[in-house]
Amino acid sequence: MIPDKDKEELRVRSIRNGSVIDHITAGNALNVLRILGITGISTAIVSVVMNVPSKRLAFGRKDIVKIEDRELVPAEVDKIALIAPQATINIIRDYEVVQKKLVVLPDLITHVVRCPNLNCISNSAEPIYSKFRVLDSFVLRCSYCESIIDSDIATYLI
Amino acid sequence: MFKQKHIVSMRDLTRDDVDFVLDYAEKMMPCAKAGVRLLQSRILALLFFEPSTRTQLSFDSAMKRLGGSTLSLTSEESSVLKGETLADTIKVVGEYADAIVLRHPREGAARMASEISSVPIINGGDGAGHHPTQTLLDLFTIKKESHLHDLDIALLGDLRYGRTAHSLVYALNMYDANITLVAPEGLQMPKHIVSTLDSVRLTEDIDEVIRDVDVLYVTRIQKERFPDPNEYLRVAKSYRITLPVLEGVRDNLIIMHPLPRVDEIAQEVDQTKYAKYFKQAFYGIPVRMALLAILLNGAT
Repeated sequence: MIPDKDKEELRVRSIRNGSVIDHITAGNALNVLRILGITGISTAIVSVVMNVPSKRLAFGRKDIVKIEDRELVPAEVDKIALIAPQATINIIRDYEVVQKKLVVLPDLITHVVRCPNLNCISNSAEPIYSKFRVLDSFVLRCSYCESIIDSDIATYLI
Repeated sequence: MFKQKHIVSMRDLTRDDVDFVLDYAEKMMPCAKAGVRLLQSRILALLFFEPSTRTQLSFDSAMKRLGGSTLSLTSEESSVLKGETLADTIKVVGEYADAIVLRHPREGAARMASEISSVPIINGGDGAGHHPTQTLLDLFTIKKESHLHDLDIALLGDLRYGRTAHSLVYALNMYDANITLVAPEGLQMPKHIVSTLDSVRLTEDIDEVIRDVDVLYVTRIQKERFPDPNEYLRVAKSYRITLPVLEGVRDNLIIMHPLPRVDEIAQEVDQTKYAKYFKQAFYGIPVRMALLAILLNGAT
């Protein structure tokens, strides 16, 4: 029989270089990939672990994403705060954690979510990106039409 | 000191900004018919991508009363038909005029224009979004014909889609007004707006409040909002202002309406001392003269 500790290691292998996004609200790992622009055609090696036990998060579950050979920059990290405000990001070099970051809600987000108002100018052919003022965790206001997103932010991700 | 370069949304203006505009509009009152040469040789472009009567004509009139001139463009005659973006149109027109009034069917159009324009943008209405100059003239009307301090006001009609109502309650809240929102089910003001108001009461029954207010602000209920025509007729009738409805109201009540009205205020009400909606339309001139003078000449 395989001991519990080894089972965990089999599930979540350490990476040599890259970023580990931990404590993602359970169910949001794929949305984190969307925010980071990781699609099925990306060449990056990405490990996704969903619904693993967590003492820190509500409901006792969390998701983890490991991206090899890519160090996330602050602007990318902060976008993650929109859907996973308790996430932590570890930057790994040669198997060592060299930097640990908490996500911080940005004041303004550009070209991350699309406005739910189909008649908003940001949903037209004009040469502009969507832009939202972050009022609170999970509450955004469109800088153009002032529509509010206060639930299901993930469904509006670009 | 008024620091705004554009007039896009009431949300951009502080109470001091609004007071400044209203005080300036008061100074413009004697000139609203006689004229004053404050903006000689200045040009205002009127870009109206949606039909408008009052807003377009009153800006045209205001600019001419100030000694300036106007250029007009409607979507039918513009290069938008050739596929030009609004962004390009704004950049080009900014080379021809000193300020632009924009009405556009999409919400947020004026905000986008203000981000790219080299000249001041005044939002003349963007879709179901904002119409700040209407709000400023509404406030000016209330100030002139009633009072902004310690005000009891009821807004009646389509408060869900009516853009004038949204901007107006936001502004009235700056003046600590006691606001009552009277709307049928389904046309009530969106919760995200109501939740920002400090003193607000919601009801469906006009009779419950009409005797307790200084201002009754009536808006049109549009037929197309109702899937059932009979339901529309029932609601429209119960929200119609007639002489019997006005029995027992405060002596100093004023009735306002952004116009055009259809039949939500009976013609017979026009003859009463309460009716101020045509006066309200006139106040659009001094208020827009004030805004143009402030934006183009600088606030002094």
